[in-house]
Amino acid sequence: MKFNSFSFLFSASLFAIVMSFSACHEHDDELTGTGSLEIEFDHLAGGQTLELGKSYTNAAGEAMSFSEFKYYVSNFSLVKSDGSVFTVPKDDCYFLISEKADGKNGTVKIDNIPAGDYKEFRFIIGVDSLKSVSPAAERTGVLDPAGEGAGMYWAWNSGYIFVKVEGESPAAPLDSVAGTRRFRYHIGLFGGFSAPTLNNIKSVSLSDAHGDVAKVRNSDHHAPHLHLYVDVLEMFTGPNNISVATNPTVMASPFSKNLADNYQDMFVLDHIHN
Amino acid sequence: MRHLLGLFILITILSFSCTTEDTNAWRGLEIPAHFPDPVFQVIVSEKGFELGRKLFYDPILSRDNTISCGSCHIQGSAFSHHGHDVSHGIDDRLGSRNAPAVQNMIWNSSFFWDGGVSHIDLISVSPIQNELEMDESFVNVIRKLNLKEDYRKLFKEVFGTDSVSGAYFLTAMSQFMSMLVTADSRYDRYVLGDATALDAVELEGKQLFEQKCASCHVGVLQSDFSFRNNGLKSEPFRDGGRYHVSLIESDKGKFKVPSLRNVAITAPYMHDGSLRTLESVLAHYALGVQKSSTLDPELEKNGVIGIPMSTEERTAIIRFLHTLTDDKFIRDPRFSEP
Repeated sequence: MKFNSFSFLFSASLFAIVMSFSACHEHDDELTGTGSLEIEFDHLAGGQTLELGKSYTNAAGEAMSFSEFKYYVSNFSLVKSDGSVFTVPKDDCYFLISEKADGKNGTVKIDNIPAGDYKEFRFIIGVDSLKSVSPAAERTGVLDPAGEGAGMYWAWNSGYIFVKVEGESPAAPLDSVAGTRRFRYHIGLFGGFSAPTLNNIKSVSLSDAHGDVAKVRNSDHHAPHLHLYVDVLEMFTGPNNISVATNPTVMASPFSKNLADNYQDMFVLDHIHN
Repeated sequence: MRHLLGLFILITILSFSCTTEDTNAWRGLEIPAHFPDPVFQVIVSEKGFELGRKLFYDPILSRDNTISCGSCHIQGSAFSHHGHDVSHGIDDRLGSRNAPAVQNMIWNSSFFWDGGVSHIDLISVSPIQNELEMDESFVNVIRKLNLKEDYRKLFKEVFGTDSVSGAYFLTAMSQFMSMLVTADSRYDRYVLGDATALDAVELEGKQLFEQKCASCHVGVLQSDFSFRNNGLKSEPFRDGGRYHVSLIESDKGKFKVPSLRNVAITAPYMHDGSLRTLESVLAHYALGVQKSSTLDPELEKNGVIGIPMSTEERTAIIRFLHTLTDDKFIRDPRFSEP
């Protein structure tokens, strides 16, 4: 009996020791290796869910309905709670986000992120200048002007359109041939490849208002999910109110800076699911 | 027996023609010894070059399959559009600019009159999609090529892929255009040491050219590839040129300084093709320069507008410009329509 009780105690303590080791091991394992992060771009118009074809009112009081809302985000870097920065390899993270007719917005996933708690999420709106002057072989996927990137590339200027917003508004001038009143905002310009020119690439840095972090763990775990609100009407307000009546079409012109200054603040991190 | 003899003769002829072919064997992209280092390092394979050549001459690149690159960039005119002030594209629509010569492309730091395209690979998207030129979508060109078995086969041979992609299409086009090197004019032979290649008047013209023109038309390529207003028009400029790319006010009315290689056979001249002869070009610089706020300072030295040149001096310069013609280049069978 005594032997048995000793044996029991021994086994129990051995079990406890093993357990604690394995717990430690498990804890270490959580913060080693790599995991993924999902980012959802949820499109709004004036705080409402964006629906293509539905009418909204901009800050200038003009009615607008949208047929297209599309933009590039790229060059992501993620800041851990301790302040260290993980830069996502550039070629893994060129995303073209587009409002779809079925209302399904883009959710993108970034893999191979070192496990850790991330408090800040940085990216640029647009395509960086290096990629904008790269050879054809480096323009694949969403950057392929003959593929997924069609309609987001200026052939005459070899640059990408960063943000494209099109639709109709009673405030826009009448196209007598088509019988429509359309507005077109194609905003790009990466700063020039030989001499500095207008640069409409904007840096965005987002963190949760309540201090929540994204807990990236190794691939056995569910990927944390950032829920971003992207309000298309923010393009028309902010540092500069844009009137469809005054500027129904803005493309590669100096005025495009005004829309770029507005879209810088278009992205809001609403919450994080872990 | 007679048949056998005939066969023997045929084989002999064939093997001889093979031997002649051998002197034209694939040598790849050769950089002329007297040229600067190229801006673009393009790796060219024989099959990639041949595919690019086929595409260059194929009207499938245009909306209604009527216009190829070679329609407006004619080899005999050093791949420019001889005789047309502005190029006529699909449905005979007129462009607003003169088709530049496609030659020595890898030494260009940017492309087109306004330098809007920054990489040699991206050149062909522009004329394909320009509604005054080929008026086709790049997406549709790739779709049309994918429907053709011969192209799928060729792309597989060159790039190892089962389908035609935009990136590989552009790479093949670059391979062809990179090979269009012209460096064998009489001027080149003179530069390389043959003192007899130019006569006395041509040499005098060369000296005058170096004094009066070479501040912009620099070096063996006769260009510094900068953007300048050469006084063709005064304000307001109908074509803003470089301004459309840079959005900088002081770039209004500026266009790229072109290389003058093969200049005698690439008339008409200037971005808008408004000057039909070399005589009219020299007369413009001597007598016709228009003043404007962005006029190049080289054309307004010491308060004098234009470049003072006597009639005799202009004639000598034109004689020199004719020595920049490379007859071998414009007849090179490697570059002609396959």
